[in-house]
Formats: sequence, C-alpha cells, structure tokens
Amino acid sequence: MSAPGRNSVGLGRSGFSMGARFLLLAIVCIALMLLDRREQHLVRVRQALSVVVYPVRVAVDLPFSMWHSLRDTFAERDALIAENRLFRRERLETEARLQRLEVLERENGRLRELLDSTARVGSRALVAEILSVDLDPYRQRLDLNRGLVDNVFVGQALIDAQGVVGQVVRVGPLTSEAVLITDADHAVPVSVNRNGLRTIAVGTGDSGHLRLPYLTNNADIVVGDLLISSGLGGVFPAGYPVGRVLEVRLRHEQAFAEILAEPASSLDRDREVLLVWNDTEEAPPETTSPEAEEPPAAAASVAEVD
Amino acid sequence: MAARSNWLASISSLVATLALAAVPLPNVVAPARPDWVAVVLLYWSLMAPRHFSLLTAFWMGIALDTLTGALLGQNALALLLIVYLAEKFHLQLRVFPLSQLAITVLLLLGLYEFVLFWIDGMAGRTVPLVERWLPPLTGTLVWSALYVLFDRRAREAPARL
Repeated sequence: MSAPGRNSVGLGRSGFSMGARFLLLAIVCIALMLLDRREQHLVRVRQALSVVVYPVRVAVDLPFSMWHSLRDTFAERDALIAENRLFRRERLETEARLQRLEVLERENGRLRELLDSTARVGSRALVAEILSVDLDPYRQRLDLNRGLVDNVFVGQALIDAQGVVGQVVRVGPLTSEAVLITDADHAVPVSVNRNGLRTIAVGTGDSGHLRLPYLTNNADIVVGDLLISSGLGGVFPAGYPVGRVLEVRLRHEQAFAEILAEPASSLDRDREVLLVWNDTEEAPPETTSPEAEEPPAAAASVAEVD
Repeated sequence: MAARSNWLASISSLVATLALAAVPLPNVVAPARPDWVAVVLLYWSLMAPRHFSLLTAFWMGIALDTLTGALLGQNALALLLIVYLAEKFHLQLRVFPLSQLAITVLLLLGLYEFVLFWIDGMAGRTVPLVERWLPPLTGTLVWSALYVLFDRRAREAPARL
C-alpha cells in the first residue's frame, strides 16, 4: 500500500473516491443493523467485539473500584466495629428466620409431594459486580463482570437483597449486559402477594417506577400491595419481591386503571447483584394424559414405589 | 518519528474518547452528556482532514455500539454520515469564523442525534424523546472549547487577516 498522499484531495487511500467509500461503509452499517436486529445472527461477532472493548470498560471502572477499596482501607476503626456489630445482629435475626423457613420448606416439599406437583428445588446464585459504565442514557441497562466463562446465559434472572433487578440480555466471554425491570422494553409477570391476582409489570424507562397497565378499574389492588414474581414465563423464579404499589388511579372513561409501582430492589444504588440459576431438575416429562387426570392415584403409586 | 508519536497521540485520544463516552454520570447531568466520539471525530475531520479516514469513523462507531449495547452499526452509520459531510465540505467550512463553525457543528451533531433516533424508531425500540436536543448543544460547547484551546489557526487568524 502506498503512503497516503496529502495532496490527493479527491482520492482516498484505497483509490476509491470518498463518496464511494462512504457509500460502501454505509451499506456495511445497514447490513450489520439488519442482521443484528433479530439478535441472533451476530452473537459471535458481538462476543468478539465485547472482548475488544473490555479494556475500555475496565479502565472506566477502575477509578470507581479503586475509590471503593480505598474507602474500605481507610475506614475508621470505630465505623468498622459498628458495622460489624450491625451485621452480626442482622445475621442472628436472619438465621433465626431461616430456621423457620427451612421447616416450612420441608413441609412445603412434603405437601407438594402429596399433591404430585414438581418440587421447587433451591436455586444457585453467583455474585456479579456491576461495572461502573454508563450505557445508553435512554435505556435502563447494566454491565456485569461475569460472562460465558461463568456460565451466564441469556435470559438469566438478576436479583439483589431486596428483590428482582432484571435479566441478562447479552453475554460476552468476560462481561454480560442486563436489562433492568424498569426498562421501557421490559415486562415481568407478577402477582399481588395479598390475593394472588396475576398481572404484568411493565418498565417505564425511569428507574423509580413500574406500570401495571393490564388491570381493570375493578381489580382488587390497593396502594401498598406487595408485588412478587409469579414465575410464569419461566424467566424469573417465583416468589421474589418485584415492587410495591405506589398509586392507583381509576380512569372512569376507560376500562383499565392507571397503576404505578416502585421497584423493590435498589436499582440505582446497587454495586453487586446476584445471578440466579434455577436448579429445578426439568420437570420429568409429564406422564400420559389419562394418568394425569387422576393425580391422587398417581401419587399413591409413586409412594408405593418409594 | 514525529509522525509516529503523532499517530500514537491520535490513537490514544480516540481510546480516551471512548472511555469518556462510557464514564457514569449522576442522573441529573447524564442527559446533557455530549456525544464525545462525534465531537472529537468532527474536530479532527474539520481541523485536520485526511488525518483519520472514514474507516476510523466506522470502527469508532462499532466500538461505541458494542460499548453502549446499541444496534450494531447504528452509531457507526451516524458517525460516518457526519464525518463524511464534514470532510467533504471542509474546504468551504475552513474559512468560517468560530461562530459560524459552531453553528455548523451544532447542525451536524443534531443530524447525528436525529439519525440515532430515527434508527431507534425503525428498529421499534421504545426510546423516550426527552431532552434529546441537549447533547448537540453541550457537544458544540465542547467542540468550541477544543477549537479555542488547541487549534493554532484560531490564534493565528487575526495575524493572517
């Protein structure tokens, strides 16, 4: 290749005119977008690219993680002791509650066995750190420091100490990208904890609010109701808090009420989240329909075999 | 040698620009974040045309798309367009005083935002149309600051006239 000539104003480096090169690259862009739109054709390409920009991500995150570790290093002794004491008390309380929970879980398992429904098996979780990288300001997205090497998969649920955070939408070898439940393109199947009313919570694009657009004016829902994930749809494990109802506005001119909820998890303040694996062994292939119609008999036979 | 260090400087300026585009900002100022990559590429293509090729704009756009999780090629196309326009008309634009240059940059950055918004719309992504006009404004300010600070011609202009 010849060195770029400074005076060859009309011609580009490759001999094409600038207009032709522009057209060529623009066509490449458009082709890429068309292929990428359905999110499947370019998975490999995106994974490779995400490794290329990984240094940039780490470099951007570095000052923030350094600041956090510095703060930990130079924290006052008194503050640390106080924090430690607080944690110890919290642990005691949590463990006490956990004991009761274990008993209930066993009881639940026995009852479910009696009813011949699939047992809920505990789930596995992995702590993922949120990389301090701002993504598109118009979308509610996160970058995590876990990827294919940690067996993260697309569609994996993300929770924190308070509730459901979001789900993974794209996995690279070292990092992955998650969408928050408050993203305008995201919806979570939920149920009202008080009465089991099922509906869908849709994001608003604002990290403090969720909408429940599919409830009619006469639905039994009041301000303060806790929404938990219903487990329908199979992405989010059932029973985690999603949000609390903030406002119920009845619109008499329309069939549907306007209901706002605030997310349970601290979406803005988290630095670490949990990636959840549902270890439910795939429900054994349902036995043929005639038997399924008589669950008590089936349960009895299973009990005999055991 | 000088040429090589020059290239090193420009490559590192591009990487730094990508980092700037990804630095987290408090929620209050985040909507006003200038489109760093677009601003810096515009600066180079107006001040030192042929320093970077269209291919650079393309790769920067792809990197930005990967970093921000946008549709692959979205930022690349928008960047290509404005860099192409800036390079094509840089001879005419060169003679403009700062105020008119700034207006041109504002228009180009506006075009950039518009292309992004348009592609979002075509792809069926729901994107709120709030404060989308802010980044071109702040971007123009940054561009003017770059021009005044770094461009020798800005200081030489009175002497030449």
